[in-house]
Amino acid sequence: MPETSRKSRLSRNRTRSAWLFLAPMLVTLFIVAAWPLGRTIWFSFTDASLDLMADAKWVGIRNYLEYVDWGDGEGQYYGLLADARWWRSVWNTVRFAVISVAFETLFGLVIALVLNQQFRGRGLVRAAVLVPWAIPTIVSAKMWAWMMHDQFGILNDMFLRLGLISHPVAWTASPDTAMIAVLIVDIWKTTPFMALLILAGLQMVPQDIYEAARLDGVPAWRTFRKVTLPLIMPAILVAIVFRALDALRIFDIAYVLTPNTDATRTMSVYARENLFDYDQFAYGSAASTLLFLVIALITITFILATRMDLEGRNT
Amino acid sequence: MKRTPLQSLGFYALVAIIVLQAVFPFFYAILTSLEDGQALFEVNYLPTSLNLANYRSMLTEGVFGRQILNSVFVATVVVILSLALAVTAAYALSRIRFRGRGLLLLTVLSVSMFPQIAVLSGLFEVIRTFGLFNSLWSLVFSYMIFTLPFTVWVLTTFMRNLPVEIEEAAIMDGASSITIIRRVFLPLMWPAMVTTGLLAFIHAWNEFLFALTFLSTDSQRTVPVAIALISGRSEFEIPWGNIMAASVIVTLPLVALVLVFQRKIVSGLTAGAVKG
Repeated sequence: MPETSRKSRLSRNRTRSAWLFLAPMLVTLFIVAAWPLGRTIWFSFTDASLDLMADAKWVGIRNYLEYVDWGDGEGQYYGLLADARWWRSVWNTVRFAVISVAFETLFGLVIALVLNQQFRGRGLVRAAVLVPWAIPTIVSAKMWAWMMHDQFGILNDMFLRLGLISHPVAWTASPDTAMIAVLIVDIWKTTPFMALLILAGLQMVPQDIYEAARLDGVPAWRTFRKVTLPLIMPAILVAIVFRALDALRIFDIAYVLTPNTDATRTMSVYARENLFDYDQFAYGSAASTLLFLVIALITITFILATRMDLEGRNT
Repeated sequence: MKRTPLQSLGFYALVAIIVLQAVFPFFYAILTSLEDGQALFEVNYLPTSLNLANYRSMLTEGVFGRQILNSVFVATVVVILSLALAVTAAYALSRIRFRGRGLLLLTVLSVSMFPQIAVLSGLFEVIRTFGLFNSLWSLVFSYMIFTLPFTVWVLTTFMRNLPVEIEEAAIMDGASSITIIRRVFLPLMWPAMVTTGLLAFIHAWNEFLFALTFLSTDSQRTVPVAIALISGRSEFEIPWGNIMAASVIVTLPLVALVLVFQRKIVSGLTAGAVKG
């Protein structure tokens, strides 16, 4: 039939133009993402250095793990997996991710519940809540570094007045509090994002549920626990995964707020130090590769677990 | 819901705490930036002076003015380029049925999960090969890794929800795909483009790791790196007044954008995550 042949020609034309339209975007993504990632992984199996990248030679898994026999029956393991500083930075990163995401979820939930209420000036409050999110991370780090200054900082002044501390604390310089300082800045900066995601979930809960619960005389706390929380749980879980992936990559705050300290060296900071400061390009690439593997694993698990609707069948 | 007076008081106290913690650090940065000399080292909770010396010295001495222009240039070009690439791609991904579409969208989305550090050494090589080291184009180019997936994703979702009828007539009239995008979709797309453009701008304006790695001279740097690298001769001579003035200059436009486009930004942020 002429009608169908016209249709199929049309659809063939459209398929061809689809790939034509996708090409510029795909080529760009290939050059900025896929190819560099492949090169990073390749470098991690070579002896590449900053000045001699082209001549890099394959050395197997030596950057990851190597047993050097000293010939007298004794020997030692070298490489990333035997590096205590690497494991320290892994521990720092994981600890940071778990604590920051936990607090951000909790505070984000509280703020979202407040913003979900009707009250005068709600628009203004929502705008105010967004301010930390809008401030560049580096600026946040510097602002807090000044507020946390051991001698002239307002944080020490405040806490001393309130009697929370008995003498000034060197928040960013002392190894005991450096991680707390990084956590404070990150939680302050990222809670708004969490609050917005949870608020979007809250606004999808039908209002008549609350009406029914109120008429039945169910206490507010019980309504929250039995009705609201289960309904917004999917939104919270998505937000937690997004944030966790982000937290595992943390670089800026740790690098600027607390430079050069074992207490807050994260996986990203460790990798960059080796790549560009210590001239251990291949070794740094190995660290980058491991971080990528961790994040890829979490992402794939997440996508499989939620069976994301990519074809748009349900929209 | 009706509240008792006590509940009301508690609720507004909570609102006050939320607003105060959110706004106070920036308020304090402004306050510090207006103090000079000895006044800097006395803790004040309310403004005591209005001294513009820090702003004057940041903007007239050194290269900070130039660095602001660098940031404006990079962020603007990144927005234009990623929107141009994403609109055509989103059209193909949302309006044309072809095999492998779902997988392709998944691949694009997964790029946004890439840790920047994982591509850093490979990207460094690419940028050196192209001769872009210490050029602002190295940033325009590398920032595509985080602006493109997000922009494509949001625009695809947006376009998919537009009714089929709007382009049927144009297809029947034999209009080419590029005409359909320009004449039919672009006029409808601008709300989504404003949102994604804004988010891409903010992201590019704030980026630190690539800017720190791919640029090496002061006059080429963008503002986040410039601020991070302001230092004194010793730990006791860090010019906090100048740092705070620079921070306020860099942040005010963003805070203004957020306040003006609050709704658009909120919808864009949640579209990027929740709709998945």
